[in-house]
Amino acid sequence: MARISASVYTSHVPAIGAALDLGKTAEPYWQRVFGGYDFSKQWLKDHKPDVIFLVFNDHATAFSLDMIPTFALGTGGEFMPADEGWGPRPVPKVIGHPKLAAHIAQSVIQDDFDLTIVNKMDVDHGLTVPLSLMCGQPQAWPCPVIPFAVNVVQYPAPSGRRCYMLGKAIRKAIESYDEPLNVQIWGTGGMSHQLQGPRAGLINKEFDTAFLDRLVSDPEGLSLMPHIDYVREAGSEGIELVMWLIARGAMNDVNGGKPPTVRHRFYHVPASNTAVGHLILENN
Amino acid sequence: MSLDKPYKDVPGTTIFDADMSRQGYHLNQFCMSLMKAENRARFKADERAYLDEWDMSEEQKQAVLERDLNRCIELGGNIYFLAKIGATDGKSFQQMAGSMTGMTEDQYRDMMVGGGRSVDGNRYIGEKK
Repeated sequence: MARISASVYTSHVPAIGAALDLGKTAEPYWQRVFGGYDFSKQWLKDHKPDVIFLVFNDHATAFSLDMIPTFALGTGGEFMPADEGWGPRPVPKVIGHPKLAAHIAQSVIQDDFDLTIVNKMDVDHGLTVPLSLMCGQPQAWPCPVIPFAVNVVQYPAPSGRRCYMLGKAIRKAIESYDEPLNVQIWGTGGMSHQLQGPRAGLINKEFDTAFLDRLVSDPEGLSLMPHIDYVREAGSEGIELVMWLIARGAMNDVNGGKPPTVRHRFYHVPASNTAVGHLILENN
Repeated sequence: MSLDKPYKDVPGTTIFDADMSRQGYHLNQFCMSLMKAENRARFKADERAYLDEWDMSEEQKQAVLERDLNRCIELGGNIYFLAKIGATDGKSFQQMAGSMTGMTEDQYRDMMVGGGRSVDGNRYIGEKK
């Protein structure tokens, strides 16, 4: 049977992708960001999964205001890096895992989560920047990736609680898959940031630190945080952090197993407008 | 009974909810069209003529022409859509975000390098710092 071996959490700032693509990683400003992922790149090489289930959000790229799915599961065979207005990022195309994705759709929808099934979509920096941070600049991504897009653009985003419970349903689906696949689940976006209005530039290190602490030790309690707390304390775009709760809900300890090992933790301000947070949790 | 919108008292912040989205639909879809290179070229060649192809209000068109992002947001624009205008103009996300704060580009960048805008005094409208 398939199993979830670890979860990874990281911010996905577009400027990080641009810095990488334009060869600026050695600049001191960016070295402070990328340095936090040196361990992670080696860790991913040493713990290469068969599939990554990657929770991210689209930024008005694949989904305009014509359609706004709250939860969209990528069931296609491949997904192309999107042109977000600056030209597509020069990164490999994303190879999907249609068979596992179809299995997850079948299971999770019957567990009362009404997913939107997406066979064709381009993937933007929300998905490709986490891959770049964790993998560097390879010719091909190390394994198939199932993209899972969450609406955090038009309010209301799904609640933290809903995301957390969805993570549990995704875990159940993966664990009932017959092939012995090693699956990682990644939750991306955040941390505190606001990109709009006179309050743009908001950063809340205390909030972010507490979020990282509680994500490890009290995910159940953290999942109950209302939207307004994210908006007020972590900025209007800080609400992306609900996506981390999907990955956390899929871990062993919140499904009757042992607590995870915190393999890596990193926090830095700023990358462009945003606080960068990163965690790697291994299941035991 | 009206819906509870507790985010209305957060200063300097417009939450892009379903009602704002309704008002900004055509504005945001215009922005979306700029993801295609040929549309960017047509927009740059004659901004007014390109905007007139869209079912936007005159206020929305003026806000776009003036690159007044705060006004665009007030009229239903969303920053991820408006970013397509910035990309067309060759602006970074940091330049766009900074342009809404009344700070110069350098001041805004320095604030971010210094740890960003503090949440203290920025949680509620009218709050004392």
